[in-house]
Amino acid sequence: MYVFAVLQQPWPWWIAGPLIGLMVPALLLVGNKAFGISSSLRHICAACIPAGISFFQYDWKKERWNLFFVAGIILGGWIAVTFMSGDHSVDLNPAMVKTLHGEGVSDLSGLLPGDVFSFHALLSLRGVIFIVVGGFLVGFGTRYAGGCTSGHAIMGLSSLQWPSLVATMCFMAGGFFMTWFILPHLLKL
Amino acid sequence: MVFGIVLIKSQVVSWFRIQEMFRLESFHMYGVIGSAVAVGALSVFLIRKLGIKTASGEDVVIPTKTFNWGYVIGGLIFGLGWAITGACPGPLFAQVGGGFLVVLVTLLSAIAGTFVYGWLRDRLPH
Repeated sequence: MYVFAVLQQPWPWWIAGPLIGLMVPALLLVGNKAFGISSSLRHICAACIPAGISFFQYDWKKERWNLFFVAGIILGGWIAVTFMSGDHSVDLNPAMVKTLHGEGVSDLSGLLPGDVFSFHALLSLRGVIFIVVGGFLVGFGTRYAGGCTSGHAIMGLSSLQWPSLVATMCFMAGGFFMTWFILPHLLKL
Repeated sequence: MVFGIVLIKSQVVSWFRIQEMFRLESFHMYGVIGSAVAVGALSVFLIRKLGIKTASGEDVVIPTKTFNWGYVIGGLIFGLGWAITGACPGPLFAQVGGGFLVVLVTLLSAIAGTFVYGWLRDRLPH
């Protein structure tokens, strides 16, 4: 029962990180698969709407495992939230909580700010920017960069590929720029 | 599936955690990514050093990534989106599974973004 209680708590970085890191050898040893998630977006396009675009003309069926992998992520997400929730509260830095309150984010209770991310919010400019524009930038950017944090930051760095280091540094640069210079204005919309 | 559980439990999928990371107000995310890379790198090193093969007996092959400017420009664009949505692709799927159905819209937008990239690819600098 004690183990069960431990599973309910949010996991510290020194448990979560290594577990994520183990995805790399697990996938390699199971079948020479490179750990990466954003390619699933490409496979979905190739499978559903190739539209004669050369980027989507390839044998996506060979990468089917990737689609199963993301289906598993969805399932895992459901399991974690449904069965392993326990004490849900995210232990946030109080300074940030104060800043966010000042910027118009009041619902800090869940994984996402409820007043920004909701179907209702889609009716507002702020919601559209955060949900639609944000999502678009993620999809566009990850494919342009040939990978996301899983593919570049974790898999790429693990296999010592310097282009992945460049990509990772640019991810962080983009993120810092947005957070420090643009986000405060977007949140106030 | 295990990955989905880990993502949720480690709060990597929390918009607030990503904000903390970019505001440099918490070590958590850096710890997650750092230790993940450490474990990943160690495991790749061991696989190579000990010549460990795949379950079907093949050699483990990790294709070398060749640099192109897409890594820089696309990387920056993704970073911008990451700070807004508080999620990269993996967490988007985990959030949907965890019941944040509005993230389906984010996901559809991401697919749209990927589609537009594919469409514009030949005209973009690489």
